[in-house]
Amino acid sequence: MKSIVAEGLVKSYRNGEIKALDGLNLEVEEGTVLGLLGPNGAGKTTTVRVLATLLTPDVGQATVAGIDVLKHPDEVRKVIGLSGQYAALDETLTGWDNLNMFGRLYHLNSAGAKKRATELLEKFSLTEAAKRPIRTYSGGMRRRLDLAASLIIKPKVLFLDEPTTGLDPRGRMEMWGVIDELVKGGVTLLLTTQYLEEADQLADSIAVIDTGKVIAEGTADELKSQVGGERLEITVEADQISVATALVAQVAGSQPSVDIGIRKISAPVSNGSASLIQILRLLDEAKIHPLDIGLKRPSLDDVFISLTGHVAEVVAEGGEDVTKRK
Amino acid sequence: MLQSVSDFLVITKRQLLQMIRIPEVMIFATIQPAMFVLLFRYVFGGAIDSGVEGGYVQLLMPGIFVQTVAFTLAATAVGLTADMQKGLIDRFRSLPIARSAVVIGRTVGDTTQNIVTLVVMGGVGYLVGWRPSSGIFKVLLAFVFLLAFGYSMSWIGVLIGLSVREERVAQNLVFMTVFPLTFLSNAFAPTAGMPRILQYFAEWNPVSTVVAGCRELFGVTNQFGATANSWPSQNPLAMSLIYMVLIVAIFAPLSVRKYIRVSSK
Repeated sequence: MKSIVAEGLVKSYRNGEIKALDGLNLEVEEGTVLGLLGPNGAGKTTTVRVLATLLTPDVGQATVAGIDVLKHPDEVRKVIGLSGQYAALDETLTGWDNLNMFGRLYHLNSAGAKKRATELLEKFSLTEAAKRPIRTYSGGMRRRLDLAASLIIKPKVLFLDEPTTGLDPRGRMEMWGVIDELVKGGVTLLLTTQYLEEADQLADSIAVIDTGKVIAEGTADELKSQVGGERLEITVEADQISVATALVAQVAGSQPSVDIGIRKISAPVSNGSASLIQILRLLDEAKIHPLDIGLKRPSLDDVFISLTGHVAEVVAEGGEDVTKRK
Repeated sequence: MLQSVSDFLVITKRQLLQMIRIPEVMIFATIQPAMFVLLFRYVFGGAIDSGVEGGYVQLLMPGIFVQTVAFTLAATAVGLTADMQKGLIDRFRSLPIARSAVVIGRTVGDTTQNIVTLVVMGGVGYLVGWRPSSGIFKVLLAFVFLLAFGYSMSWIGVLIGLSVREERVAQNLVFMTVFPLTFLSNAFAPTAGMPRILQYFAEWNPVSTVVAGCRELFGVTNQFGATANSWPSQNPLAMSLIYMVLIVAIFAPLSVRKYIRVSSK
């Protein structure tokens, strides 16, 4: 069953001058994780806001957990959890206060809200910080608490909008661990990210979005194979470049690309490890000892560049999530 | 219905909790009006001939009370803008709660904070010679009247708070509106010295009518008003109530509508 369906979403601002969404389609299978990947301004946040009932699209329709987002927003709100780019918490209150408040707002009774707050703090390793105001929390702790707040009612569908933006590497790893746990619990998750690595790590399938449209969809592997398979890459001493290039050409069956500056030769190969063994043997016979040699699988960065023609830029936090129409 | 009431009470409770969690805010919110009492009492008190028994402080206290509750607008506006900036409003909007719960909770919370402030100010006023002569019942009624005015002002704050994106802009905007309102009035000085046109403005100004109403309830002659002989200056209590009802009737629906459509970013 499809847990999230979006059809032809359009949202523009300033009389159509700025199109945040430009006919966006999405489908997420129940119990899976979709990574919505794109640079700042691609329309990721706008998509989440529409699906989470915060924003009405100009055109298009959407269902979440089988409920029409536009016709029955109140019903949708009962089954979703949302955790945004910025930890949306009351900074002056303690972690416990916050969870207790949100529990009450999800209409748990007094005892139920308290119990759930305690459970969630435990689950997210925040019990020790429970009685401290949020403003004393680290970035990672805030995000975990924010995530906890979105899980109070055990939502069927969870939206995480750039859950690790602005976190240090350690905070990011912690957050990934937490999200992984959640997904094992069977929730349907839509996750937006500008980190290609993050989508690769967490998502079952990925939708690449740019200028308000999905421009490619598939698993990480499928997307990677769209850019081509593996590449053989070797780095040699400067005076050995021409000989080595000829050998690589012989193995790969095509003309390699050579970067003289960093003395790197690379070419696409079809039979990865066999090519690697072959080139090593040839290089050895030619008495060339490569400084570096390896097979490189295309990263999602490569995918992004080949799809959009530009690098996935990581803009400073707080950039507007809208895109000027080209 | 019962559910909506419980929703807004949760939001109100949140604000009261904030007061407990950061007492500094409450302390400063109280020191400022107390300081105003002392400054006006001793700076203007000597210069202005009040013409009432008990001196200038009898006329001053209603003025300062009203100024303070009028600034509820600022507390509400700045508080909501901050919540929007932090994305908290987005989270509230994604919850299955009544659309009006957050804004009603806010206005009630801010009004509750006013109770504390008014009590402290009344205490300071008493220390420097304020003695309402009308009896306990009318004094309490005057405080209810003040809280009601603060509550209606709070609704204007909701609309401003939800329309502005920057906390500092909200702050400047409300100060620019509320300060002239409280000074172009009979709150601190006689309106008789103002140009005729401003006298009319001052007498129709809701701040003046509420101040005049309070003076009436505290049992002191309103020496600072009623020079232009306008209807509001003759019937300050009635006019004030009309203003309050009008303000809420206009701003509450607009604010709720704004809340439903607002987006933080």
